[in-house]
Amino acid sequence: MAALTETEAAAEAAPAPGRPDAPRRVPRWRRSLRPYLLIVPALLLTGGILYPFGLGLYYTIFDFSATKPQPDMVGLENYLTIVKQDAFWRSALVTVMYAVGATAVETVLGVGVALLLNRGTRLGRTLEKVLILPLMIAPVIAAIMWKLMLQPSVGVINYLLRPFGLGGVQWTDTPTGALLSSIMVDVWVYTPFVAILALAGLRSLPRSPFEAAAVDGAGRWFTFRRLTLPMLWPYVLVAVIFRFMDSLKVFDIIYALTEGGPGDSTVVLQIRAYLEAIRFQRYSFGISYMIILWAVVYLASMVLVRYLARAQRRAAEVSQ
Amino acid sequence: MSTGTDTKTSTGTSTGKGRGGASRGRLVSVAANAALIAYFVFALFPVAWMVILSIKPADQLFNTYFSFSPTLETYRTVLGAGGDEGVPFVRFFVNSLVVSLGAVALSLAIGLPAAYAAARWRFRGSENLMFTLLSFRFAPELTVIIPLFVLYQQLGLFDTYVGMIWVLQLVTLPLIVWIMRSYFSDLSPELEQAALLDGYTRRQAFVRIALPLVKPGIAAVSLLAFIFAWNNFVFPLILTSSEAQTVTVGALSFLGGDRPKYNLTAAAALVSVVPPLLLALTIQRYLVRGLSFGAVKS
Repeated sequence: MAALTETEAAAEAAPAPGRPDAPRRVPRWRRSLRPYLLIVPALLLTGGILYPFGLGLYYTIFDFSATKPQPDMVGLENYLTIVKQDAFWRSALVTVMYAVGATAVETVLGVGVALLLNRGTRLGRTLEKVLILPLMIAPVIAAIMWKLMLQPSVGVINYLLRPFGLGGVQWTDTPTGALLSSIMVDVWVYTPFVAILALAGLRSLPRSPFEAAAVDGAGRWFTFRRLTLPMLWPYVLVAVIFRFMDSLKVFDIIYALTEGGPGDSTVVLQIRAYLEAIRFQRYSFGISYMIILWAVVYLASMVLVRYLARAQRRAAEVSQ
Repeated sequence: MSTGTDTKTSTGTSTGKGRGGASRGRLVSVAANAALIAYFVFALFPVAWMVILSIKPADQLFNTYFSFSPTLETYRTVLGAGGDEGVPFVRFFVNSLVVSLGAVALSLAIGLPAAYAAARWRFRGSENLMFTLLSFRFAPELTVIIPLFVLYQQLGLFDTYVGMIWVLQLVTLPLIVWIMRSYFSDLSPELEQAALLDGYTRRQAFVRIALPLVKPGIAAVSLLAFIFAWNNFVFPLILTSSEAQTVTVGALSFLGGDRPKYNLTAAAALVSVVPPLLLALTIQRYLVRGLSFGAVKS
């Protein structure tokens, strides 16, 4: 905002005449320092967060644990040990399955709900008021709720399924069931997130391409495929990026619903790091897990954000 | 679990009333409404069921599902003695209030000036700082928490309000800085320029012109930050034990022991979601920008 600085300089060089409280002149060096002064507290706090992160990074080249408070430097051994572990690859696979599964279902369901709400029916307008309810409930509380409901023998879900001959589903007691159940809780909490962004997108679409298509007698399906979807895609993509990145580091839902069980079938990477660092007090090892996850999340975000920029350009072309 | 959404039901414009054959239009409408109702049953039933569980007498928990004589005894226990384990739930609730409010207040105090500076000036390092803040949003929490767990033990910040408020900045500060920067950027700088020409100082222009204009944005982003701080689980789980423990961790305490208490758990869950839900209703209009970190503006 160079314009503003110039105005400021002009105003301060030539104080408004006739004003009783003509401002003091502020020297140039102080003016150029100003943004930095405003940002110093934020910088300090950022430093306060980056310090533990740096400390964590530093810990990973040691074998620091509760049983070894005087650690030795081990270089990259922690990372090498992790990458050679079957447990790590199992965790990585479960994490990716969870993230892909949850993101895919939330995207389809969220966009579907947004399209239905966008029809402007009275039912839709009424229901839209409570759309965000699950999203505002803490994920851990949501998982607790579902845990009570999915209990095989006394939970209400199996009670309701009994008439259909499905009263004995072992929801979280089998590896596959536990993973699907936790994805379902994720879907319950976060589908409104996708729906809200998609709805905002739908409501900001330009009118004219649709009017042109209607004049040309284009069918509904054609209009949806060729106009709605490409123009809506950048909005949906923002939701997809947020959901995918967040579900890669899922913790709350798994912790409360399955605690990583049965066995270690739902031990995602953040749960694994928790068990290593907090439960077994192998600090260096636990942090090493997290640095690997952090690197993956970071790379994933770079790729996805690039793709988002491309999609936004394409959407702009469609709406021309 | 997923409801079959009918892709043929939208034209992308909000005026998409069923044209074409009347009967086909009717059919589409009925299908669309049915799909919507199916989704919202899935979305709302768990909350309704928690209400039912929480007002069931303990002896009717598992032998009846929808017929029972309601009681408020459960809430008396949760908000009073805390059952056999003596869980101090009211205290957790107060703790949640204190740390969430503290985190939002601190973030506002340092985040608002920073957001204003980032919106109004291009200076060396401003973009880097913004993206560093954004990266906090996506960093796996345990990357920072595990070192902090060690550090807090040494510094005496473990299980304290100060320690919790500090770490919650990870959640609240990026949100407040990013969203407020987008609000300040939307303001035309001309008003502030006019004020400067009138002899206002920079500080006066910020406090008297810019801040009042973004008040709705500040209110909305503060509430959203409060909700996220309140709903956080992993920080209090690892960095508190009893003194500063919050409701999200406390809600799990009735599930412990050899006999998990479903009715107490349901009541605790419901009590803990009251503040975020009440606040959420007041900021519906601002949610899109807040949830997407300013990437989508409604």
